[in-house]
Amino acid sequence: MSPASSSVAVSDQFPAGLRVLVVDDDPTCLRILEKMLRTCLYEVTKCNRAEIALDMLRTNKNGYDIVISDVHMPDMDGFKLLEQVGLEMDLPVIMMSADDSKQVVMKGVTHGACDYLIKPVRIEALKNIWQHVVRKRKNEWKDLEQSGSVEEGDRQPKPSEEADYSSSANEGNWRTSKRRKDEEEEMEERDDTSTLKKPRVVWSVELHQQFVSAVNQLGIDKAVPKKILELMNVPGLTRENVASHLQKYRLYLRRLSGVSPHQGNSFISSHSQEPPYGSLSSLSGLDFQTLAATGQIPAQSLATLQAAGLARSAAKPGLPMSLVDQRNIFSFDNQKLRFGEGQPQHMSSGKQMNLLHGIPTTMDSKQLVNLHHSAQSLGSLSMQASAHGNPSGQSSHLLMQMAQQLFKLLVLCLIISFLCSLYIFFSHPFGVFYCM
Amino acid sequence: MGVLDNQFLQLQQLQDESNPDFVAEVVSLFFADSERLLNDLTRALDQPTIDFKMVDSHVHQLKGSSSSIGAERIKNACVAFRNFCEEQNIEGCMSCLQQVKQEYCLVKNKLETLFRMEQQIVAAGGSIPMMELSF
Repeated sequence: MSPASSSVAVSDQFPAGLRVLVVDDDPTCLRILEKMLRTCLYEVTKCNRAEIALDMLRTNKNGYDIVISDVHMPDMDGFKLLEQVGLEMDLPVIMMSADDSKQVVMKGVTHGACDYLIKPVRIEALKNIWQHVVRKRKNEWKDLEQSGSVEEGDRQPKPSEEADYSSSANEGNWRTSKRRKDEEEEMEERDDTSTLKKPRVVWSVELHQQFVSAVNQLGIDKAVPKKILELMNVPGLTRENVASHLQKYRLYLRRLSGVSPHQGNSFISSHSQEPPYGSLSSLSGLDFQTLAATGQIPAQSLATLQAAGLARSAAKPGLPMSLVDQRNIFSFDNQKLRFGEGQPQHMSSGKQMNLLHGIPTTMDSKQLVNLHHSAQSLGSLSMQASAHGNPSGQSSHLLMQMAQQLFKLLVLCLIISFLCSLYIFFSHPFGVFYCM
Repeated sequence: MGVLDNQFLQLQQLQDESNPDFVAEVVSLFFADSERLLNDLTRALDQPTIDFKMVDSHVHQLKGSSSSIGAERIKNACVAFRNFCEEQNIEGCMSCLQQVKQEYCLVKNKLETLFRMEQQIVAAGGSIPMMELSF
């Protein structure tokens, strides 16, 4: 039952041996905390700089069970550390401070801290921190248990789909696949709290797009996991999966809204572990927010956009994506979503890969025709009008202007067309009612 | 108001055979850190234009460490200090700084006396009992 691994806590004596990383720039507090934690029989690593702590966490991915961090630190804000740890390592983080004002405590909660301790910290408060580790693990296993039992039934008849799913997930997942492997190892080790070993729910490109569109439909403030789950209508997905994903998505958005989109792009790409999809999802996330719709794009405008996108990406490879590029990729997202809703699948896994790398691909005529059929007349008319208005659309400046005009028109048309199609598609009786 | 509160007792209870000098170690860390902070504060308040944000952050740190070892009076002085910082009241800050320094000297004296006495007791062959102090 208990595995022979030197780095793992002795499962019989849990919570003894819990591996804690404590970060505080105050040497007095740090020493006291270290002693208190040792008295609780935890394995303590202390650190007085947030950057060093992050390095330690990154190099030793499975080395720690929980992080305790001070709020006010000179080199990095404690909340920023909290966010990073939550996104990269997904460990429970406890914040602490001599500051007990409501705003600061609230900030801790909204940034995802699992607890907030007021200094001076008493040893009694530290005795119980193991509950956060167990709680987090239990939630993860509960998700897997519920999704795993349903997925297993689906898995056999559709092996190829699964391969596509996981391959795109491995490239496009915004957590690393290595971490997935590590977590599976970790779960093996924590046998005392769970008897089954299940794979994690993988948030692939498609799944994330569905999630994002559901969130934007509900409105980012009103989006609750239950409703998102209903809208997404994915078998095997649980409310808890959605809830934790939503929390992380919100943190992502908050971080991006505080920084300009260009910086946001480089910020995400600067993470060594972050796959290229990270930047894509942030941009398409932004797009979705602003547009709040995914819809069909008539073939002609799409072709124009494609050409523009290709020209731009060829000319300036290093720059953050322009609106045109965004929309280009965005159009592929739309495609995927439409197909995800049940229409015949034309996108091969190869195309999915291309999408992930952000390179616009040329579509075959079949897909163009498909899109053309499904396009709304209103949209196509306006598109054509503006497309013809700029014959010399070779220079990037003109393209930009044209793109912006198209963009605005697109917003209006797509919102209307998407809402209509979704309502009709998802809720038949209500669709009829709505038309009346 | 007591100079040292219940928190100090917690520290004493953390001391055991494996760490016989734990309290002394922590207290000397506190002294070193506090003296640094007090110097920074004096310098910061001496500037022609005072950076209240920095002053506040120093005071906050001092508040944190003094409360961790149980130096209640320093902590309370820090609370008042922070209020004056928020109001950007220079005179208030100056007087608070003086008070914090006084409280710090008081705690330092008391603790040094305590350690000296404890050393004398142990040197004379006695042992120091763990008292259940009620504050």
